[in-house]
Amino acid sequence: MSILVFAEHDNSTLKAETLKTVAAAQAIGGDITLLVAGYNCQSVVDAAAKVNGVSKVLAADNVAYEHQLAENVSLLVTELAADYEHIIATALTTGKNFMPRVAALLDVTQISDIIAVESSDTFVRPIYAGNAIATVQSLDSKKVITVRSTGFDAVATDGNAEVVAIDTVTDAGNSSHVSDELTKSERPDLGAASIVISGGRGMQNGDNFKLLDGIADKLGAAIGASRAAVDAGFVPNDMQVGQTGKIVAPDLYIAVGISGAIQHLAGMKDSKIIVAINKDPEAPIFQVADYGIVADLFDALPELESKL
Amino acid sequence: MKILVPIKRVIDYNVKVRVKPDNSNVDLANVKMAINPFCEIAVEEAVRLKEAGVATEVIAVSVGNKSCQEQLRTALALGADRAIQIETDENLDSLNIAKLLQKIVEEEQPQLVILGKQAIDSDNNQTGQMLAALTGMPQGTFASEVKIDGDKVNVTREIDGGLQTLALNMPAIVTTDLRLNEPRYASLPNIMKAKRKPLDVKNAADFGIDLSPRTKLLKVTPPAERQAGIVVETIDELVEKLKNEAKVIS
Repeated sequence: MSILVFAEHDNSTLKAETLKTVAAAQAIGGDITLLVAGYNCQSVVDAAAKVNGVSKVLAADNVAYEHQLAENVSLLVTELAADYEHIIATALTTGKNFMPRVAALLDVTQISDIIAVESSDTFVRPIYAGNAIATVQSLDSKKVITVRSTGFDAVATDGNAEVVAIDTVTDAGNSSHVSDELTKSERPDLGAASIVISGGRGMQNGDNFKLLDGIADKLGAAIGASRAAVDAGFVPNDMQVGQTGKIVAPDLYIAVGISGAIQHLAGMKDSKIIVAINKDPEAPIFQVADYGIVADLFDALPELESKL
Repeated sequence: MKILVPIKRVIDYNVKVRVKPDNSNVDLANVKMAINPFCEIAVEEAVRLKEAGVATEVIAVSVGNKSCQEQLRTALALGADRAIQIETDENLDSLNIAKLLQKIVEEEQPQLVILGKQAIDSDNNQTGQMLAALTGMPQGTFASEVKIDGDKVNVTREIDGGLQTLALNMPAIVTTDLRLNEPRYASLPNIMKAKRKPLDVKNAADFGIDLSPRTKLLKVTPPAERQAGIVVETIDELVEKLKNEAKVIS
């Protein structure tokens, strides 16, 4: 069997989640090819060639793939798909965007967001915001799959794969990129951080999120937020953890002023250790927290920062 | 310009689902159902485009058994002009849903199709993209802003690092993120008016599409339970536990 894995990157860095998606491909079993589609992305191709378990890297370096527009990338992947039984991408926004398009072009359905592999055609995935776990068998000839990276451990990066350049260019010509507005941060990426500290509605305003900065700096943590905090305009939406935001599973998740709604728990309840800081002892977050402290966050946060 | 809005009837988002004891699926008997929250945002966006004079007609469509007419009536009460129900008792895979919607797109020729980015039951996040592929239209997924600009639509999308704006040639597909808008409530007079708006029923079997299942649900289990831990009294105790008991900080 052969497996095509789509590499997630920003044209300069290979995203750490790709190493976990390759682990999912290894669990399926077969010869693994990594596809790097982008523009001026040689550094990503170099990094991809070192991913353990990958035998070949396909490098499609063309301006048509610079912003990984779904229309163009899906045509490329569909064209390459003839040689593969499994086509896999990470369930990040890029993969979620173009992969169902690939599936439809191949006339197969997609298995989204798998967290475990049972066999080459049977996969485990959460449904209903993670409140139920489904085991699903694909009846299609080709399997188009997106992988929830928190379900798998990253593979090592001491491999040495062959690199093959792809010359074909697929440009649908019906969409174009206008602009990006990216959030700049010195902190670790939310999806890959081993410690995450998140604020919720209890933070009361955006300025108070600064109370999390010192703690995040001392712990090397990423800062997240609940939907309530994002909707209230405290912080940008790409910080949102939950069913509709990012799914994280760090070693330590500290929830500050977050009640623990179903939709938020869907994004963090696979964390190894959960800490809740909340002044409401009845908040549902305490039902999943390993350590809870009932306290006013405005007292607790400065004290926590000073004691770390 | 015509806008088509596919919607889905799902379990109400506040309900905590229960897995059936035989692990065959979740138990939906006597559970409160509602219009999928992302679909509600799609209806709202279409209605706002109509109110802004950009759209002339908003058509809501749903695939399912008779009970999904309830959600179509909700969409009509929110401002859609007419509705189409594609009748089926089967629980169809996304690809088959997208194929049925493709037929409606061919019939109605909308300039814009607005869908929710995902249904909160299956959490697939794929129907809009599949419909875009089948119709050959460009797609603006996870939209937090939609602006019509002549024969193009500019869509601002929520992506992992922040926001991205794309320009799409119309006809185009848009899928909604939560921050696109705040859906309105249907007023009682509008609910009454919605009862008289047209609702066509079409039979899924009449479209001549092979709707045989693409996936087989083998079992559904409850997620591993997390045990509630302990409540500590002081920050000192918390730091001590994290260092020495959980060993997650040093």
